[in-house]
Amino acid sequence: MEIDLADKTLLTLENVTARYGDVQVLWGVTFAVREGEIATLVGANGAGKTTTLKTISGVVRATDGQIVFDGGHIDHLPPHQIAARGIAHVPEGRRLFPLMSVRENLEIGAISSEARRLRTGSFARVFALFPKLKERESQMAGTLSGGEQQMVAIARGLMARPRLLILDEPSLGLAPIVVREMFEIIQTINREGITILLVEQNVQQSLKLANRAYVLENGRIVLEGAGSDLLDDQRVREAYLGA
Amino acid sequence: MKKSPLYLSILSVFLIAAPFILTARYTQHVLIVVLLYVALGSAWNILGGFAGQLSLGHAAFFGIGAYTAAIIASKTAFSPWWALIAGPAAVLPVALLVGWICFRLRGPYFTLATIAVGEVVRLIALNWTTLTGGAVGVVIRPSLLSGTSKLPYYYVVLVIAVVTVTLCHLMSRRKLGYYLMAIREDEETAESIGIDTTSYKLRALALSAALTAMAGAFYANYFLFVDTTTVLPLALSVEIVLIAIIGGLGTVAGPVLGAVLLKLSSEIFRNEFAQANLLIYGALLVLVILFMPDGLMGGFRRLFGVGARKSQRVSA
Repeated sequence: MEIDLADKTLLTLENVTARYGDVQVLWGVTFAVREGEIATLVGANGAGKTTTLKTISGVVRATDGQIVFDGGHIDHLPPHQIAARGIAHVPEGRRLFPLMSVRENLEIGAISSEARRLRTGSFARVFALFPKLKERESQMAGTLSGGEQQMVAIARGLMARPRLLILDEPSLGLAPIVVREMFEIIQTINREGITILLVEQNVQQSLKLANRAYVLENGRIVLEGAGSDLLDDQRVREAYLGA
Repeated sequence: MKKSPLYLSILSVFLIAAPFILTARYTQHVLIVVLLYVALGSAWNILGGFAGQLSLGHAAFFGIGAYTAAIIASKTAFSPWWALIAGPAAVLPVALLVGWICFRLRGPYFTLATIAVGEVVRLIALNWTTLTGGAVGVVIRPSLLSGTSKLPYYYVVLVIAVVTVTLCHLMSRRKLGYYLMAIREDEETAESIGIDTTSYKLRALALSAALTAMAGAFYANYFLFVDTTTVLPLALSVEIVLIAIIGGLGTVAGPVLGAVLLKLSSEIFRNEFAQANLLIYGALLVLVILFMPDGLMGGFRRLFGVGARKSQRVSA
């Protein structure tokens, strides 16, 4: 793996372990996400992808290891302080507040005083990105289609004005045409300067998109490299692309 | 909802004039009890309805408010009415301690812990005889508003109920209300998008407990007798919860309707049907649960579409 020292590392995980009660899920995860890139974490079901993301945002406590974001340790911070430092986590399965309107879901995303101050601008930005949400503004989030709900979930993340946007399975359960749209939007968000950490079951698509990819197996990183390199890697092709 | 200001002004005129129209002392007593439970149901609803933390220990906060009045009356020269302020102040440290312990638990485990809190406070009150009079209780000498008229009591409890409901209304439209609803709907997501869930749950608990203690302090000043079986039983916690659930969880008007329906009907049934009153009370509960599972507010919304949000109709 070539290391370009000119690139600024935004997020580093070093030997992170995590467990649910007696079951250890992460066995020393080590990887880095650099400022401005799209990094992706791929792996089979149960490999620990979602758990890794949850330890970053603090919803699950890392039992050992270090998580450094923008030069500061965040592994002992409660979730709301991690969010305040500029990490927005868009959880698997959208997890919207179904009985609140689209607008209320978005407003609640602008949580820091800084994000609240910039709220008007953030609304304009997410409505430009997702014009459909403007039409659905006053509708209850629970009544939207799956694709629209995913848009709200991503938009809610953006309302927090994050530096790092963590996306857990954004294409889950969406129609193929909507999936393509979603990947284009992720690229657009990245071009606007937001670093992205993406977890996807759609390995092919996410490897194509990612500057850097990590393969997670049984709670460890077993392979890493540029997304396009992994796409050609024999082991990856056999394990995840069925070829 | 555009018409609500008109409803509100009619309602306020009625509430202010009520004791002059309904002059029978017994009727005035029933109004006072209903308003007391409006305050209790609404205060509970902040924590249980909006934040989704179902507490079955609110009798503890009510009891602390009531005992504050009793202790002021028996141990000091001050008027027990000061308990309207001292009660909420005394309950705050207790509420924060309870929250610090119980908010580590979620769902039914939190509820079980609050039952334990209620029982602990009851047993302390029962055994700390030098302070609380133990099982004998405390008789409060009538003061300030003595006399035989119920009017002053009516207006004091009216103010308490209006303040409580108004706070709920304001909260439901502000940041606090939205954060509490987010916590209720999905606590983990609320946490991960950056809401300090513990802090907001504590705020909800503190507000809810303080208002409950204020109602408790009024109770002591009105009934002039406080002991553990009247102000600290589990049955009281359950009754408060029922009012909010029957009325409609997490709605401002729900506990108001719930208190009117449950307290009014229980008073009427007790007079009209003597022994059978609990049977009818129970049947009423079953009917509401069967036909209006979202409470009275939910039922009214479905029947008439009143108060429904645009978006709810889209989904229906």
